[in-house]
Amino acid sequence: MISFRVNSEDVVFEGDERTPLLWVLRDHSDLTGTKFGCGIGQCGACTVLVDGRAQRSCITPISSIEGRSITTIEGLATSDEELHPVQTAWLEYDVPQCGFCQAGQIMATVDLLQRIPNPTDADIDAQLTNICRCGTYARIRQAIHRAAELQVGGGRDV
Amino acid sequence: MSDTASLAPVTLSRRQFLVAGTSATGAFVLGMPLPNLLAGDDSTERQLGFFIEVQPDGRVIIGTNQPEIGQGVRTALPMLVAEELDVDWDTVNIRAMPLGLIKTADGYTWKYGGQGVGGSTGLTSNWDFMREVGATARQQLIRAAAARWNVAPDTCNTEPGYVVGPTRGARLSYADLVTDAAALAVPEERPPLKAVAEYRIVGKHHKTIDARDIVTGKAKYGIDTRQPDMRFAVIARSPYLNGRPHSFDDSDARKVDGVLDVFEIEGPAPGEPYQILASGVAVVATSTWAAIQGRAALEIVWDRGPNANDSSDAFWAENARLLDGKGQVVVDDGDFDAAMTGVDTVVEHRYEVPFVNHAPLEPQNCYAFVEADRCHIIAPTQMPAGAIQSAAWATGLEPEHIHVEFPRVGGGFGRRLTNDYVAEAALISKKTGWPIKLQWTREDDVKHDFYRPAGTHEMRAGLNARGEVLAWTQRLASASKYYRRPNMPDENLWEAELYPDDVPRNIVPNVRLEYFHNAIGVPRGSWRAPAHTANAFVIQSFIDEVAHETGQDPLQLRIDLYGEERELAYANHGGPTFNPGRLTRLLEFVADRIGYGTGTPDGRGIGLASHFTFGGYAAHAIEVEVSDSGDLSIERIVAAMDCGYAVHPNAVEAQLQGGTVDGISTALGLQITVKDGQIEQSNFHDYPLARIATFPSRFETHILPYDETPTGVGEIGVPTAAPALTNAIFAATGKRIRRLPILDQLKA
Repeated sequence: MISFRVNSEDVVFEGDERTPLLWVLRDHSDLTGTKFGCGIGQCGACTVLVDGRAQRSCITPISSIEGRSITTIEGLATSDEELHPVQTAWLEYDVPQCGFCQAGQIMATVDLLQRIPNPTDADIDAQLTNICRCGTYARIRQAIHRAAELQVGGGRDV
Repeated sequence: MSDTASLAPVTLSRRQFLVAGTSATGAFVLGMPLPNLLAGDDSTERQLGFFIEVQPDGRVIIGTNQPEIGQGVRTALPMLVAEELDVDWDTVNIRAMPLGLIKTADGYTWKYGGQGVGGSTGLTSNWDFMREVGATARQQLIRAAAARWNVAPDTCNTEPGYVVGPTRGARLSYADLVTDAAALAVPEERPPLKAVAEYRIVGKHHKTIDARDIVTGKAKYGIDTRQPDMRFAVIARSPYLNGRPHSFDDSDARKVDGVLDVFEIEGPAPGEPYQILASGVAVVATSTWAAIQGRAALEIVWDRGPNANDSSDAFWAENARLLDGKGQVVVDDGDFDAAMTGVDTVVEHRYEVPFVNHAPLEPQNCYAFVEADRCHIIAPTQMPAGAIQSAAWATGLEPEHIHVEFPRVGGGFGRRLTNDYVAEAALISKKTGWPIKLQWTREDDVKHDFYRPAGTHEMRAGLNARGEVLAWTQRLASASKYYRRPNMPDENLWEAELYPDDVPRNIVPNVRLEYFHNAIGVPRGSWRAPAHTANAFVIQSFIDEVAHETGQDPLQLRIDLYGEERELAYANHGGPTFNPGRLTRLLEFVADRIGYGTGTPDGRGIGLASHFTFGGYAAHAIEVEVSDSGDLSIERIVAAMDCGYAVHPNAVEAQLQGGTVDGISTALGLQITVKDGQIEQSNFHDYPLARIATFPSRFETHILPYDETPTGVGEIGVPTAAPALTNAIFAATGKRIRRLPILDQLKA
């Protein structure tokens, strides 16, 4: 039995302890905002925050999550009205096309901006390795810079 | 792609096509009527398929009928309706409609019009229709108001959400007119449409519908489907092209906690048309992970089938052998052989374009629940009508008993024109009796696809002493996309691979196109901008080579070839005409923007390309730097598109950006190869889609409007990116890339 928190709620999982966090979130907790893209940690569509740090949930066995605190895309905004600055920036630049990778892109960016509050283009290139099949990279880059500005103004930790 | 001919709609007159009425909640609705309904099909929902609903409280709901695959059609089509209806865009709510197939006494018809997206037609095929839907509703509201005021309708006008009468202060909200409007018959004559200059919504920037749901994780894709009592399934498909399970041991699989059932799935006979892609063994379980674990525990002995010796090496060797012979001449303008005997210079090169995988980021999946007399399908698909056919094939049910929903789709790129995964899910549900969610893994998707066809192109051009191209040939040996199409004669296989009216036909006097088919067992299908991706790469590379080898400037040679604006005949998709002068305009624009011809430092170079794709025009200028050790860096990208009229400029820009990324990513590192009858790649580690670091911050996209007729935009931006990149590499290094992908060719 694995106990942990997801978006500030207690969760208990009693299945196979090798089950990836991704499938626990999606099939067990019905939190489908976290996406399955590759299953080998390559594309980043499944990125969530584990104790505040980005992690690829498709290669994270649930056994490693005992006592940890998970934030998924559903739990990122303070409320329906008050989005996280990264989400706000994503909307300002109208980033999504198909949108399937964007939860992962956003979670990875939240983590990036915690570590590097005002990243350069080179920082973004080095740090953001999530795949966008639709090719929204130009807008993602703009939105990351915008999110950095917004966080300077009213930034907060997750 | 599934054959949908048997579901061809009956032809309806305009009067039958649009009808006004009142919904159960008292709203005014405008939509398709259902003439001659079959007994029992009399629910309100079925009787009033709607596009527009004006609620008594003034809210406006606009239905969208097309699959949203990221191209923005769910935003753009309602914009057309809202524009002609004359409402404020921010009062509009969007509602997705399911597939509207219905059976009438006259045959099958589509309640919401044709539903399917591919070939960059989602907007263009609905451009007139959606505007007319909006204008008709507005006309009904005006007539209702005019009757109330006892004035002639043509003395009335509208302001957003209101009808305004001829007398001072005469003004009624649409909401107040709902009941009256619903009672009026729709006139036979078409309503007048707005002039482009009058547009307040269309042609303006708007945010993508659903963007907020996407960034908050609320948007639902097919993969997110949850239904009562749903079981989860995966399939171990034959890793061998046209192979099948010889025998299998499922004893360990059945021991996996949560595994419920294991059974064989029979695939198509080799060479026969596809309903599903491959034979295999299905595992059904209580969760996705349990199904995946159960599959991993299967012991399967494969019958390797008739293609066990297929390999990429043999494929390329066979192409070369074929090109040494004589093929099927499909275009022969002028007298190519005679012209070549008199030319001053001959340029000749061969190019290789690989198989590639679609790799939409949402892996294939489908929910299916097959019961004795009905079937429910929820699937990410570009062709919902094909989904009905796939489910009908799998279940034996008549199409009208199959209900298809198609949520937002996590990428299409042509892969989801084919609904093989719908057929698989329906087979599994039928066999087990359970509601089934079939899940493909990434490995399944990379190894089992309808890949973009691969081919070897031999190009030859003859020029006179003035550098004018007098004769041109393209000889293509390839694996045709039309392989395994039902009722497809061999002599038509070329039609999927060569689009004869592309440049330089009708420009160069002597043109010969020749085709050779290479029947490798790799499945193939439509990949974004299908054959244009190969042909634009080849033609735009070869024009560059001709220029360099005859001492001409690559930009000027293109301008000389394209010439002035004029309409040339274009019989392929995107015609009936093609105006090469529009390519000149784009090329000159991107060349100017990037500073072409002003000199670049050592190790840097600028490449250009332009192409006409499915009615739209695009050009790219790309600047690269290549280090002494062969490291490639893309320094700057300037992309421009002429899509006639940009209905939703925000989405046009997005498609141009995305198409550019797709073209570059694919050219840099993507290929599917075959060895011992098996696809060699399996996931993103060996099928490496490009990441953000590949693309520079100096990445401009420009829309150059031309007239008042929109073209599609989903595919137009893809084909020119690759040749602009490889032409830039040549300009920087003198190294010509004639084989895609580029991979480590610059290191050699």
